[in-house]
Amino acid sequence: MRDKAVKYFLLEAGNLSAFTGKFFSKWFKPNYETSEFLKQCYVIGVGSLPLVGLTGFIMGLVLTMQLRPFMIDYGVESQLPAIVGIAIVREIGPVITALIFAGKIGSSIGAELGSMKVTEQIDAMEVSGTNPFKYLVISRVMATTLMLPILIIIGDAISIYGSYLGINIKGNTSLQFFWSQLYDSLEFRDVLPAFIKTYFFGFAIGIIGCFKGYNSNKGTEGVGKSANSAVVLSSVAVFILDLLAVQITDLMGFN
Amino acid sequence: MNEKTDHKVVLSIEHLYKSFGENKVLNDFNLVLNSGENVVVLGKSGSGKSVLIKCIIGLLKPDSGSIKVFDEEITVLSNSGLDKIRERVGFLFQGNALYDSMTVKENLEFPLRRHWIKMSKEKTNELVNQALEDVGLAQTLNMMPAELSGGMRKRIAMARTLILKPEIILYDEPTTGLDPITGKEIVQLMVDIKNKYNTASLIISHDMNCVKLAGDKVAVLIDGKCYAFGNYETLSKTTDVQLKRYFE
Repeated sequence: MRDKAVKYFLLEAGNLSAFTGKFFSKWFKPNYETSEFLKQCYVIGVGSLPLVGLTGFIMGLVLTMQLRPFMIDYGVESQLPAIVGIAIVREIGPVITALIFAGKIGSSIGAELGSMKVTEQIDAMEVSGTNPFKYLVISRVMATTLMLPILIIIGDAISIYGSYLGINIKGNTSLQFFWSQLYDSLEFRDVLPAFIKTYFFGFAIGIIGCFKGYNSNKGTEGVGKSANSAVVLSSVAVFILDLLAVQITDLMGFN
Repeated sequence: MNEKTDHKVVLSIEHLYKSFGENKVLNDFNLVLNSGENVVVLGKSGSGKSVLIKCIIGLLKPDSGSIKVFDEEITVLSNSGLDKIRERVGFLFQGNALYDSMTVKENLEFPLRRHWIKMSKEKTNELVNQALEDVGLAQTLNMMPAELSGGMRKRIAMARTLILKPEIILYDEPTTGLDPITGKEIVQLMVDIKNKYNTASLIISHDMNCVKLAGDKVAVLIDGKCYAFGNYETLSKTTDVQLKRYFE
């Protein structure tokens, strides 16, 4: 049983690596599917904005309300904007937004490509003189890679605004004071590594969603499994990449 | 239609082998299709009919053997070479394979835009309308595939196959999943298309009505081989036990 699980894991890892290798080999060749890429940017970016905005707002609000009593106990209530801001920008914002994104976009890509695979739509594309890998996979992976960082910036901004409102539920802090506290505490080393890792999150979510959908089989049951495993695997990948990013930034002296 | 070629034989398959693991699906299969001729490949479910047709269009690679379409060896062609052949060979998928996220118009425009990139919008619209009229569904232009019935979806898939004006059409079980009346309508449409455009067709089917009405010749696929080849009348009078089961 354990041998079977190890074999399955190694096989999946090997296939995903080969799929990623194929992505890069095709990506460097011209004939880009620009219109499909722009369409996917719109669908993925604009379509995810309400969800990212809502979760970001609630996250900032709740985090502030939860932290506030402890900050009062330690007599550092005035540092609340700085603490919440750093937590959101460095860690909570990128990771939570990426997980929400994996749930929404990873599953959607897995189900869409899986459904296209089992209904022979991918074969029909090939017969119609289209490279389905370029049309479907490269456009979607590029769109997730570019859209997630933008969504995270917007999500962080909304989250920080939620935090400002959270502080003012039981207090009275001006926006100017809140902003100056936040601005003074945030440094270049807080923002840049957090921003760079979001590209890797976006790429991982896109490539895993496409990999699961593109290799879907066993009919409609397979489509459901593809969507489900795309979410699970890409969520795990976000945490692993986050861990690696923290280690690398630590080694580079950014922490 | 595209300019008629000088070749009488438009498709020839020689000593074709294809296996999936231990399962030998095609085992020394041979077949010839002439221009303007409809050949029906008859066989049981799982006998390798769809594998054969996918090998012809280059979606599957055979283990060995030769497939020549318009004298071009398919098995050694690059992707760009295959795309050129695919401009002249239409493929009707068993499940229609219409793009769910596109309207009927966009579905029909897709192969046009891919193969004939420089075509004007006016010409594209003209071809789309003509293909829809050919299948009697001009009113569905802006509908989504999900809004259509099974028979209508099959007709739209046929319109998409026809739009590039192919010289050969490969039909993969065109009447499967349709009620007998709609099935007959689709078969009649296939005959009309052949008569109107003088296309050669390879029809994969186990529907005897389709075999009788649409097939000029019948090839019976048994154990991966072309077990028998001839017209329906001759084969239906056979005394061969294996063949008799198909024509009873």
